[in-house]
Amino acid sequence: MASIDGALLDFKRLDRLANGDTALHRLDPRAKVLATLFFIVSVVSFGRYELSALIPFFVFPAVLVGLGDLPAGYLARKIALLCPFALAVGMFNPVFDRTVQLHLGPLAVSGGWISCASIVVRAALTVAAALVLVALTGFPAICRAMERLGMPNAFAVQLIFLYRYIFVLTEEGGRASRARDLRSCGNKGQGLGSYGPLLGTLLLRTWMRAERVHMAMLARGFTGSFQTRQQFRFGAAELLYLFGWSALFLALRLHNATQILGSLVTGIFS
Amino acid sequence: MSHHIVAVKNLRHVYPDGTAALRDVSFRITHGESVAIIGANGAGKSTLLLHLNGYLAPSAGEIQIGDFPLNKGTLPQIRRTVGMVFQDPDDQLFMPTVYDDVAFGPLNLGLSGADLDRCVTDALERVGAGHLADKAPYNLSGGEKRRVAIATVLSMSPDILVMDEPTNGLDPYGRRQLIGLLKDFHHTRIFTSHDLDMVLELCDRVIVLKDGEVRADGPTREIFQDQALLAECRLEMPLSMQGCPVCGRQGKPVGD
Repeated sequence: MASIDGALLDFKRLDRLANGDTALHRLDPRAKVLATLFFIVSVVSFGRYELSALIPFFVFPAVLVGLGDLPAGYLARKIALLCPFALAVGMFNPVFDRTVQLHLGPLAVSGGWISCASIVVRAALTVAAALVLVALTGFPAICRAMERLGMPNAFAVQLIFLYRYIFVLTEEGGRASRARDLRSCGNKGQGLGSYGPLLGTLLLRTWMRAERVHMAMLARGFTGSFQTRQQFRFGAAELLYLFGWSALFLALRLHNATQILGSLVTGIFS
Repeated sequence: MSHHIVAVKNLRHVYPDGTAALRDVSFRITHGESVAIIGANGAGKSTLLLHLNGYLAPSAGEIQIGDFPLNKGTLPQIRRTVGMVFQDPDDQLFMPTVYDDVAFGPLNLGLSGADLDRCVTDALERVGAGHLADKAPYNLSGGEKRRVAIATVLSMSPDILVMDEPTNGLDPYGRRQLIGLLKDFHHTRIFTSHDLDMVLELCDRVIVLKDGEVRADGPTREIFQDQALLAECRLEMPLSMQGCPVCGRQGKPVGD
């Protein structure tokens, strides 16, 4: 089960990035969440044949990676991991949509290829934005920010607990699975059948742990509602961040920057 | 200072499946005492501890913590008085960061702002974990987790500390560090442990449980010298009291 353990370590690395101390890390999480939300809405609201207008949007994750001192290669690999899923969504478009939309010299490109590429680019953009958000803010802070923005408290608490115990659960699952592998001597063991009881045991163990966690919470005066310490401050930097990006996204959404740049360049040369 | 007293009278607990984990347990622990509850696996130690802060309700018998008998009405006060450190620190550290976790109890008690900050920082400094404040619990080592778990309880300034197997799973250095830390506390302390050498160092008094009953209750060294009793309860003399494995010389009793 090296893969589960490996994935976990990788996930922990993403989490640790949030401990950075750049100006972007210090921004109020609400500003970052809202800007990212606005970014995603702008990107997904384009028509399905739109491709060139999407490209300038890469400036958002690129600038944040640069200023936030994030490892670009690591994030790129994470994004690449998700691209096959986007490809699976769009892979039948070229088959069904054969109307020629574009001529690249002698090559005629059908609408299906363009919409397929558009899906992949959109997926890369939105996943990049989400990963960068987590890397700059940290998952718990995002939950708190969403709670402050109106998400019900129960959801926020659920998400925070999910995040805290997913590490414990995957470690437990990894151990159980390793124990099974070691005793099946390189064979398949008892095949899929043995995973049933394994999952059952995990569920029961989780249940028991939940009881112990609840016990620990009660022991420390928990009465049903989560108290949080105030740490949010929405100042000038946050306003600038939010409105700066929003204005850029709006401009890029309304005007095709690639086209403008293209006509500018061709205008100069003609 | 009667409020640091723990008195248990004829305590009996039967689990829903019919297992009688505690049959008849009585003892009285007074202010500032450091007491170990020892016994074989399944003797009822953990069940007993869970009664001390009211997580389990007795099937019969009474518990008095400080001035109050333990019942529904006094539960919040008693949970504040009794600080419980669980066996598995992962159960105790459930917030995203160490700071948040230590602040959880004080926030529930109504602290905020600078008071809260001071309370959390003090508790963390006390266990030598000030530098861990912003870390996530799953990034800590076993010893760090244990110390932070103790800080989460200290931040609520309890009068009585209850710990389930505190040295379990620690490396020798971490264990030594923890024993040093616990020695400095002046709370009324109640431990359960199989680490009898730690018990010898930290506790003046030992309560031996056997099959849900108190088999013996007395000064630590007296009980650890009673070989027959120890064998009967599936225990053995702490290593530091046994003879030297090389030359056979008798160990020097701790404290002499």
